[in-house]
Amino acid sequence: MVRLNDEEQAMLAGEFGVPRKLSMEHIQKVGEFFDAEDLVEVSQVHLMADTESTGEAGLEYLEMLGTYSEGERRVRVPTVTDPLGCDFAKAERINHPEEFIAQERRLTAAFETLGILITQTCINYQTILPPVMGEHLAYGDTGSSIYANSVMGARTNFQGGPSALAAALTGRVPRYGFHLDERRRGTNLWELKCRPDSLSDWGAAGAIIGREQTSYWEVPVVLGVDGSPTSDELKQFGAALASFGSTPLFHMVGVTPEAPDLATVFDGTPPSATPITRADLDNVYKRYRPGDDKLDVVVFAAPQLSLIEMQNVGLLLRDRTVHADVTVLAATSPEIKSACDRMGITEMIEASGAVVLEGVCFYQMHAREIGEANGWRRLMSNSAKIVNILGGYGYEPVLGTTENCIDSAVAGRIV
Amino acid sequence: MAERIIKGHVGIGPKVTGEALVASDNFSARYDLNRVEGIFSRSTHKLVGQNYVGKVLVLNAAKGGVATAWMLREMAAREMVPIALLLNFANPIMAQGAAFGDVSLIDRFDVDITEAIRTGEKVTVDPESGTVTVYG
Repeated sequence: MVRLNDEEQAMLAGEFGVPRKLSMEHIQKVGEFFDAEDLVEVSQVHLMADTESTGEAGLEYLEMLGTYSEGERRVRVPTVTDPLGCDFAKAERINHPEEFIAQERRLTAAFETLGILITQTCINYQTILPPVMGEHLAYGDTGSSIYANSVMGARTNFQGGPSALAAALTGRVPRYGFHLDERRRGTNLWELKCRPDSLSDWGAAGAIIGREQTSYWEVPVVLGVDGSPTSDELKQFGAALASFGSTPLFHMVGVTPEAPDLATVFDGTPPSATPITRADLDNVYKRYRPGDDKLDVVVFAAPQLSLIEMQNVGLLLRDRTVHADVTVLAATSPEIKSACDRMGITEMIEASGAVVLEGVCFYQMHAREIGEANGWRRLMSNSAKIVNILGGYGYEPVLGTTENCIDSAVAGRIV
Repeated sequence: MAERIIKGHVGIGPKVTGEALVASDNFSARYDLNRVEGIFSRSTHKLVGQNYVGKVLVLNAAKGGVATAWMLREMAAREMVPIALLLNFANPIMAQGAAFGDVSLIDRFDVDITEAIRTGEKVTVDPESGTVTVYG
């Protein structure tokens, strides 16, 4: 039985209104499933909310919560959103089906009614309010969760939409999993025998390790990283690891804050390390290499691009033209898009014929239907995460470096 | 054949009975399914092409992203949902989705659940007691 304090019991009894009562009931169910002893207060919520995921049922639930008085329905802790499922300004350009656009507008309105900040970003840890060591969170995106846990030493489980919403309305999550010291210990060990030298390489390394994680509760530890990777490199590594492995935490010895050395991160003798070589990284690319060079669409997303990544894409596209048979999409957050507009980066990208998408992340914006509407099948990306996801969406995904993706887009075929 | 009872951790959702669909593979609603047609669509999944609607889905571990937490309720509303999920290891997303969608879920069995049940067998899933009864 999950132990509740007086305030939590009052919420459960409905004394703070129906939205918080429903939320406490949900928290209790999940807490009991994972044997949580009590609840923990969270200071930030990141809510995964696109209509492809919520569907009509989730949307109706959110709208139902919005019918209560402001005192009953307003979130109790700062709550920001993951990307939405539509960039309204570019919907026509990419043939976004009309029915979904209307749903997205309803979803946005429902969030605003609850006091949720419509940040539309999965890189909130880079752009909104970076978490700090030991901070308890309710993060609702695998990429943001693994980055917050691993790189920043904050504490969150994967809080999917309904649970992040419950956390927002109550300020609580069940205390289990990665909120607990004992769950954050290393369980398997890897050694990078070569330095990944591109974002897609870091994603490939994450894919290799993620694929071998047997459950959510495994915590991989990585050795052999000489000198800190950049935030964007760790972002790609973590996003791929979380996607392939459903993994919310990794440690990188000498890099991440809870892993100054092996002895600190493992209980007892560490397991032997599995090496990752250049050939292993190359094999990840080969796994997605198609038999011909046809190309329909190139996507830079998952996670959304930082300002630095956007600038790099812009510089690679400068004074070049995307082939008429290929569409190039680059997705970023509204904050970064605004900065790109101001600094001429958006113009540099779009002058080539590429499209900058704002506040979306492609795979969660009805990618199946958009693909069908545009006749896109062969998709190329520098994101191992997106390559992993879109195989189930009717695409034939190909992994390449950023440079390789852009050279291919210009050539009109995979080069 | 006699009934077999398999014990797991106390689960989530109502007691249900149905036909098992089993594979030693992992599960994510977003990554693996065509939720419109009700079939497994990921080409590398062991159940690719199989219809999961109304089945007791028996798989190894919850994998992939967070979308399943929202999706099970939507799938249930459209009657395009498995009636129960039996996994060796759920993750929080699967538990949250089951709680929000009122879909039955049990995990952490005392055996490998993907070895203990065969496709086509009739099973009763009782989350309150954390047990699965297989009728063979």
